[in-house]
Amino acid sequence: MAHTDTTGACITCTDASIKRGNKLIWSEGTFTIPRGSVTAIVGTNGAGKTTLMKAELGLIPLATGSMEVLGKPAGQMNSHIGYVPQTYTTEVDSSLTAEQSVLLGLTGTRFGIHIVTKAQKRKAYEAMEFIGIADKAKMRLSELSGGLRQRVAIAQALVSDPELLMLDEPLANLDLVSQRATVHILAKLNRELHMTIQAVAHDLNMLLPILTGAVYLLDGHPHYANLNKVLDSRLLTHLYGTNVQVVTTPQGDMFVKPTSDRLPNVSQHTHKAEELAFLHNTGTTPKGQA
Amino acid sequence: MSSLSYDPNWTQTLTTSFMTRAFIAGLCIAVAAGIIGYFTIARQSTFAAHALAHIGLPGATGAVLLGLPVSFGMGAFALGGALVIAGLGKRASQREIATGTVLAFATGLGLYFARLSSSASQQFQSILFGSILTISPNQIVGFIVFDVILLAIMAVVYRPMLFSSLDEQVAQAKGVPITLMNVLFMAILAGVITITVPAVGTLLIFALVVTPAATANMMTASPFASMVTAMVICLISIWGGLILATMFPAPPSFAIVTLSTLFWIIMKIVEAVRNR
Repeated sequence: MAHTDTTGACITCTDASIKRGNKLIWSEGTFTIPRGSVTAIVGTNGAGKTTLMKAELGLIPLATGSMEVLGKPAGQMNSHIGYVPQTYTTEVDSSLTAEQSVLLGLTGTRFGIHIVTKAQKRKAYEAMEFIGIADKAKMRLSELSGGLRQRVAIAQALVSDPELLMLDEPLANLDLVSQRATVHILAKLNRELHMTIQAVAHDLNMLLPILTGAVYLLDGHPHYANLNKVLDSRLLTHLYGTNVQVVTTPQGDMFVKPTSDRLPNVSQHTHKAEELAFLHNTGTTPKGQA
Repeated sequence: MSSLSYDPNWTQTLTTSFMTRAFIAGLCIAVAAGIIGYFTIARQSTFAAHALAHIGLPGATGAVLLGLPVSFGMGAFALGGALVIAGLGKRASQREIATGTVLAFATGLGLYFARLSSSASQQFQSILFGSILTISPNQIVGFIVFDVILLAIMAVVYRPMLFSSLDEQVAQAKGVPITLMNVLFMAILAGVITITVPAVGTLLIFALVVTPAATANMMTASPFASMVTAMVICLISIWGGLILATMFPAPPSFAIVTLSTLFWIIMKIVEAVRNR
């Protein structure tokens, strides 16, 4: 697994907008996402989160503006991007094994006759080992749970040594254990391989511990902000159109929740941006403020 | 003919030239169906495969009406239908109501053309249910040419076709030309159907193109091994069906489809026992 350049911009968006037919999906997208970051694309249903990700992959053309990904116009560096769509949620009748699915990440784009080499198989095994599914290599996708199928998809993305990993709703329809496992894997990829990670998410809570920032689609415009800014209750309230509070438990875990239903036995208070940034970096509450 | 009789001279029948042609045709069909069957299942386009055979029906009977070869009309209509479905995108092949309506209309149109002339009327049943014993030497040449072209195309596009069939979104992001793959798949499917119809007819084609591939998928997990296994199952069904239909005089299509279905049921039971 090659170590990648962690300095500079990963995604740069300048006055970008996207139209589907005559309908403007979003506009005035101007932001820079640094390399080595872990970002979420957040916003309400239909705000254009997946559209943004597809634009970054060059699959949807921009109506105006420009978008650079890994230093080139969107779409040109896709061989350096790992993409994990939300397909793991659909029931598969696939007889394919996990190993073959991962191998397709290496061999699937090649025309002509190619025998799978030992080196390619080793590479696929390493990717599965890293994701913690090496023992499932010979199992069929149809025999695996949604959570495991998603990890196969991540291994498939990982096998070509991407610099940027893009995931569409990586936590949707997963049970709590699988959600945690996925978050741990993303953290490990970011920490050990310095991979830049971007995930479309409609629920921030599970991702909060590892996020460094977020692209939020607000009022028809995408913005990027570091974590401390995006976790402002007022901003989140505006973003989701319902009252939202940022809450910490006595253990120091924080989560985002609507204000109406109060949890018993949990002390709730909203945080200032600086306080959250501190929490995020140290995992403890700053002295004198708890 | 009584219900079930035994023909003691069946070994002699097997050595006739029309039998030899039927065996060669069976081999050609097995190779083509084994390959395309896997992709048809992977792309969830099995109903489209069934529909294309029916869309070809008015082409086949229309061709007889105009004095053209059956395969020509069949191929032209199936290809036209395939390209329309491909043009509507991969999801269109999963739109069951639209596809089903079109196939019903096409079958009706096929019947109408068949009733317009006596020669078309005579051939109608063999187009619907197949007549592998009447395959001509020219058709055999056509089958072999088709198989060679199919294998040549597959040698070039095998992996991208596999990737786009199994993981379309990722394949697209990685730069696989998925629209081209979709059009190519549908065109090949139309071709395979055109060469398979003479063996079992438009109504029974599912059992030769899709069923062996489904059986093979239960037996092996590797795509390549699955295709080879499907070819073998398809070949055993056709050759076995031909032999059985000769020993116990019966329509070959019936014997072929019965064997294919039997293998599928056996694997279903084996799988159920295995998973218990």
